[in-house]
Amino acid sequence: MKTTDTPSSSGNALFTPSWSNWLGALIVGVVATVISALVLPAITTLWIAGAASALVAVTAVVNAWGRYIGGLLIAPAIAVLVVMNIFPLLWSLGLSFYNYRADRQTLRFIGFRHYERLINDPVVWDRLTTTATLVVLTVLVQMIFGFLLALLFAKQFPLRRYLLILVLTPMMLSYVAVGAFFRYYYDPTFGLVSQVANLFTDEPYVLISSTGGAIAAIVIADAWMWAPFVMLLVLAGLVSVPKYLYEAAAVDRVPAWRRFQSITFPYVKGLLMLALLFRTIEAFKLFDIVFILTDGGQSTETIALYVYRQAIQFNKTSYSASLSYVLLFTVIVLTNLYLYLANRRAKEG
Amino acid sequence: MLFRSNAKNQTREVDQAGWGRTFGATVVSLIYFFPVLIIIITAFKEHTDALAVPAKLFPDFLSFIVPEGLTFKPTFDNFVHVFSRSYSAGAAAQDTGFDRFFFNSIFIAGFSVLLALFIGTLAAFGFSRYPLKGNDTYLFVILTTRMLPAIVVIIPVMLMFRVTGLSGTYTGIILLYTAFNLPFTIWMMKSFFDELSPDVEDAARIDGSSERRVFFKICLPQVLAGLAATAVFGLILTWNEFLFALLLTGVETRTVPVAMSQTIGGDIGVRWGLLAAIETLFLIPVILVTFFLQNQLLRGVTFGTVKR
Repeated sequence: MKTTDTPSSSGNALFTPSWSNWLGALIVGVVATVISALVLPAITTLWIAGAASALVAVTAVVNAWGRYIGGLLIAPAIAVLVVMNIFPLLWSLGLSFYNYRADRQTLRFIGFRHYERLINDPVVWDRLTTTATLVVLTVLVQMIFGFLLALLFAKQFPLRRYLLILVLTPMMLSYVAVGAFFRYYYDPTFGLVSQVANLFTDEPYVLISSTGGAIAAIVIADAWMWAPFVMLLVLAGLVSVPKYLYEAAAVDRVPAWRRFQSITFPYVKGLLMLALLFRTIEAFKLFDIVFILTDGGQSTETIALYVYRQAIQFNKTSYSASLSYVLLFTVIVLTNLYLYLANRRAKEG
Repeated sequence: MLFRSNAKNQTREVDQAGWGRTFGATVVSLIYFFPVLIIIITAFKEHTDALAVPAKLFPDFLSFIVPEGLTFKPTFDNFVHVFSRSYSAGAAAQDTGFDRFFFNSIFIAGFSVLLALFIGTLAAFGFSRYPLKGNDTYLFVILTTRMLPAIVVIIPVMLMFRVTGLSGTYTGIILLYTAFNLPFTIWMMKSFFDELSPDVEDAARIDGSSERRVFFKICLPQVLAGLAATAVFGLILTWNEFLFALLLTGVETRTVPVAMSQTIGGDIGVRWGLLAAIETLFLIPVILVTFFLQNQLLRGVTFGTVKR
């Protein structure tokens, strides 16, 4: 723990067996783990390492009790996240420098070879382009429809609360359920979308059989699901516009478009930006709905689906680990930007 | 009023509009809700009706206003068949295992959300009241673990679970979902704690209350509504989660989304009525939650980063 920079209260006694001597426990634990890693089988080492960490944890808690409340409160959360997220991620970072495959036993250090390979791999660039296309289209459609829906619901009217539920429901649904819905609607013979299309054209309309159609199919489903999210954020902005500004504008006979541009938009801008970033992050990892709708067919394989394929179907564990670090880096940059904007908004408001 | 913290939002002046707007909004909302509605209707159709062209959209008790060809005879068979049906013509009905999958979904989501709520609320209180050196960095790292594409996390976790034998067990998936819910819980609860006025707490501290008393007697009672909202949101997120469940649950621990995706598996012979019935059952809690959490929805979907 970071806050415990002074060790136990008993001063210089590093090796005194005491329940608050966390530093001593840490040293004993590390030594025991290293020794057992050298002489004992891996599974026993794992148990010893586990027991050692438990001991360190207990002593650290005893040491911090009543003194470092902040550290104590967040320690369990940090521990869970380290075990289930941070440690696995570091493991996969390590693996990305080896040629490990889940279906073979070989393990050879190859340095940055995987990273060189993925930069020069045209398939990776192709999948990134597909992902970018989907992200741009789906986020754009969501923003437009979300904005329009928000304008519709920006005023108080009878039954508004109940009608809002109808619009907000898609956002809360599972990707699998939405994917399954749309599989049914896109079905070439009895799907509703196809039936409607058949009213206008005699050709059998098979939406998912061409690249453009498949991308449209995914964008429609995803945008339908997430336009309510944009609506919710824009609505928050619209409601925060002080009423007197509109009253003043009405007195001055400001035209509607100017009113929107100089009163409404500035209040919505910040939230619109947040919605844009949040949805971009989410759309960037688009996986489930593509998996269900097209399974990557008709060149709709997103980068997340590609990594999944490499890791799960082709067992290229190390290569997919290096790929996933490209995703991780992108998401970290975007998340950082998002939080920066969210904090700025929180301070202003 | 369950969610008090939002009461101040409603006092904000909002322009009034009349029944005209209600009419327009009704039309738009119904169109928007149409895809869900169709699924619910399909759940009551026989297999041949679900595949009919043109689509039969109306139950037959509406036949006095709808032309004959567009109506179907509603049936509850699909809902029965979700749990037990015969797999070949004439064979005896078999248990499909869906009762198990629904139980798994509820059990896994419930257990992991409770764990995450307990650990996360403590952490949120710590982050809110006793900021550490580098508090924001911790919070950023925590949020990032949640924003990561699931596939990035799953590759090493699968290896880890294979080594420890946790793959396919309740313990494994519950632990993973606890970690999955934790960032959300921490950010959400922190946003609620941050909103509390510090005056009462400070007064209690001056009067000599212990930190434990301050937390349990003063802070926690004020955020109970937020706690409920966070729990329900976590339940929905876990209930809907697909990729972790796909890769880390076994036959015994499979959740509904995974079972559902396997029902769509083959292109030919998908029993759409049946699938629609599964989906309808799966959706009921989600729609109820959307209704009851409406005021907290904005905060929930943005992990507490946007409050109003």
